[in-house]
Amino acid sequence: MTALQEVAPREREGVRREALYFAVRNGKLVTGFAIVFALLLLGLVGPLFVDASPNEYGPQPMSPPGGEHWLGTTTFGQDIFAQFVHGLRSTFVVGVIGGGIAAVIGMIVGFVAGYLGGIVDEILNMLTNIILVIPTLAVLLVINAYLGIRSVLVQGVFIGLTQWPWAARAIRAQTFSLRTREFVDLARMSGSGTGRIIAREIAPNMSSYLFMTFILLFGGSVLIASSLDFIGLGPTEGVSLGLMLQNANQWSALQLGMWWWFVPPGAAITAIVGALYVANVGLDEVFNPKLRET
Amino acid sequence: MRRYFGRKLLIYGLTFFVAVTVNWMIPRFMPGDPVASMVARANVTRPEAVAAMQAYYNNLFGFDQPLWQQYLNFWAALFRGDFGLSIWLFPTPVADVITAAVPYTLGLIIPSVLLSWVVGNWFGAYAARRKLLDNTVLPIGYVLTATPYMWLAVLLAWGLGVLAGLFPVAGGYSFSLRPNWSWDFFLDLLHHWTLPFLSLFLVALGGWAIGMRNMIIYELESDYSTYLAALGAPARLIRRYAFRNAVLPQVTGLALQLGVIVAGALVTEIVFAYPGLGSLILNAIKNKDFFLLQGTFLFIVLGVLIANFIIDIVYVVVDPRTRAGMAGANA
Amino acid sequence: MSLQVSELRVHYRTLKGEVRALDGMSFELADGEILGLVGESGCGKSTLGKSLIRMDGRMHHVGGRVVLDGRELPIADDRKMNDFRFREVSLIPQYAMSALNPTRKIRRMVTELLRSRGTTVDAAELERRMNQVGLPREVLDRYPIELSGGMKQRMVMVISTLLDPSLLIADEVTSALDVSTQKAVARALLGFRDSGYVKSMIFVTHDLALTHHIADTIMVMYAGKLAEKASADVIVKAPRHPYTRLLLDSLPEVGVRYAERRLEGIAGSPPSLLDPPKGCRFRDRCPLAGDECAEEPPVVEIAPAHHVACWKA
Repeated sequence: MTALQEVAPREREGVRREALYFAVRNGKLVTGFAIVFALLLLGLVGPLFVDASPNEYGPQPMSPPGGEHWLGTTTFGQDIFAQFVHGLRSTFVVGVIGGGIAAVIGMIVGFVAGYLGGIVDEILNMLTNIILVIPTLAVLLVINAYLGIRSVLVQGVFIGLTQWPWAARAIRAQTFSLRTREFVDLARMSGSGTGRIIAREIAPNMSSYLFMTFILLFGGSVLIASSLDFIGLGPTEGVSLGLMLQNANQWSALQLGMWWWFVPPGAAITAIVGALYVANVGLDEVFNPKLRET
Repeated sequence: MRRYFGRKLLIYGLTFFVAVTVNWMIPRFMPGDPVASMVARANVTRPEAVAAMQAYYNNLFGFDQPLWQQYLNFWAALFRGDFGLSIWLFPTPVADVITAAVPYTLGLIIPSVLLSWVVGNWFGAYAARRKLLDNTVLPIGYVLTATPYMWLAVLLAWGLGVLAGLFPVAGGYSFSLRPNWSWDFFLDLLHHWTLPFLSLFLVALGGWAIGMRNMIIYELESDYSTYLAALGAPARLIRRYAFRNAVLPQVTGLALQLGVIVAGALVTEIVFAYPGLGSLILNAIKNKDFFLLQGTFLFIVLGVLIANFIIDIVYVVVDPRTRAGMAGANA
Repeated sequence: MSLQVSELRVHYRTLKGEVRALDGMSFELADGEILGLVGESGCGKSTLGKSLIRMDGRMHHVGGRVVLDGRELPIADDRKMNDFRFREVSLIPQYAMSALNPTRKIRRMVTELLRSRGTTVDAAELERRMNQVGLPREVLDRYPIELSGGMKQRMVMVISTLLDPSLLIADEVTSALDVSTQKAVARALLGFRDSGYVKSMIFVTHDLALTHHIADTIMVMYAGKLAEKASADVIVKAPRHPYTRLLLDSLPEVGVRYAERRLEGIAGSPPSLLDPPKGCRFRDRCPLAGDECAEEPPVVEIAPAHHVACWKA
């Protein structure tokens, strides 16, 4: 999954145009992003069309999907469609926050370690490897249990803080291979500072790689968040797809045959993460001509 | 060789040190008075448990002692195997509670990881650059790997358990049986084990198949493959070489995925109420049993570190270059 | 006649259309002859080399024939071509440093490769040839990572010629090496020809000076077409095509003080092969170009074995 190919610097303009040409013709990319955007749109617009607040108890418990409740209700009469569209929002928030923070930390650590090398690299690499082997979920369990995470936002922040190591490692390796190229040497000789070289020469040359890294981090954050929610350490305020699964499991939806309670949230998570992964393969094919089908 | 393993062991040692330190720090540096808030939140009705909890916290935190003394005491207790007493199963020591649950978790994780790795690699390698197969294996793989572990578990429990009635959906063995060494009990165990195993196996399978498929495509495009093709070598030989080289990053990938797999096992156990570490964690959280939670955390970290080290050894065995490089370095 | 190439056309499929990398190449190569193939990058010399042994996925054969030792090479048919590869036509690739499978010891790789082609390794012969290029036999029991770049290159040279192919294509084999190693590689290639391991050889390079040392004949290509072909001495001492002359002028010469004589590249760049201009393709950069150059110059044998495609020659 994390097998991204090494990036080669090429003429940026031509590459961009060529990439766009292949991007709109790449079925995986288009389908993947279409699914993600459709669900994002549902999460953004959906809550405007639902009057019921997602956790409000209703008068018709356990009713299957129908005209009044599109996706049916829970054992407490809560409207599942309302929970679902609000849950979608949470999922995207966790993905963006968790994936974004992890990507930023991963980039800073990766760029600095890969570009500076030497003792800085040794120390950062050691740190990365240490955090890499600690199972993320286990750490989050302990943190969340003690702190009692309230909001989706805070949950995303903590996920981001624990998820960056593999990204840092991958970016470090890429930076390592780029820093000895002529255009970087040239920038160095012309007196540009480290930060400027990283921002102007190195990062743009691996922008596609960075974007793909973010996508994988986004997907990872969504999955971790849903696991946390499911264990019962989710946000105490609000709704999320993982919390819906937790409630369904806790209140025996399985034994009661209330499939409409646990099928939609899981399907949505799978669809979002799966579509992102597929789009990622598409992106990889767009940016690495070797992978295109001939 | 010594240098390689020395470095690895240093990292694992430091990791364990960091994990223990974090474990020690979290309750201490939490905002507010930890003892009071924990006792309040614990909501334990049994008075003897409340008293024990208070005593334990006070004893363990030892607020009258300087911080460094508290820290050293924490390590000393750890080396004695003293994780404190469980609140939930008072007064059983946490270490005993964990030891009873570990076999179930290992019994799920080890077969599902190994089997999914082998089968997934095989599928992925076979599908790569074969249009029809590639177009089926790839999407299925991505859907599987994107599935939250607990959701697939719920679906399997519902479909094969509740609807079809083929498998039990809760517990490690039937309530009517007592654990013993009989054939009946073993079959019952296996019966309960099947669904959790299957769901772990399937989710992991997708990731391995995709990983291998992508790796082998890079290998088939590599210079040595092109050279062999230019010399007219049959596709069979080229694929065999590519597979051999593509497996190596998959071994490393196994180490990187351990955390995710453990997380998957925990939530899967919760779905099936399987008596492993996952269910322990759930109960620890429900009962605010922080000793149990922290003990389980350290146990998981330790297990992952040991697994990492085993994978390191395996890697040296399968990649001739590490051995060749080391021989060269020693000579 | 060992190799006859007539009117060979090979195109690349790209987004913008067909790139005519080889646009009607015709030439011959005699038994025992070493042909140096030179030109700027993108002139089609590597395409020619690849076309003779294995075309990559984007290349396709549009027209023309290739006949080796009286048999036509099925260059467009990847499968049929397998019978000829290694036995009749072989290749020392540009990427020789990374051409060996990193996880197999050399001996095992060679054995498996030969077995897959239905033959077995003659261990004594293999070691004799390795000895000839200065590789100790222990190399066979090493992994590629344990060899130096030069050793890997020589090992690939030995492997590629193990079945005594009629034609050997050496594709930019010296570009990645330093000058002293270049000479050694060139000498080794000459030795292969003289020992009869290969009958004839096409030495693809952009280095005219080095080519002169080993090639019998030099063929200069420009924009997918033949510009000039003659014996090595004639090309270097009495070139007739203005492009060849400019190429020679742009070479640094030993002993010349560059303060007095400035090194000049050739102004301008080669035309796009997507839609090449009518007439002589060198016209825009040619100092001698005149009105007649609006028409395409044919390849003419102006002296025995001296072919030139230029109206002014």
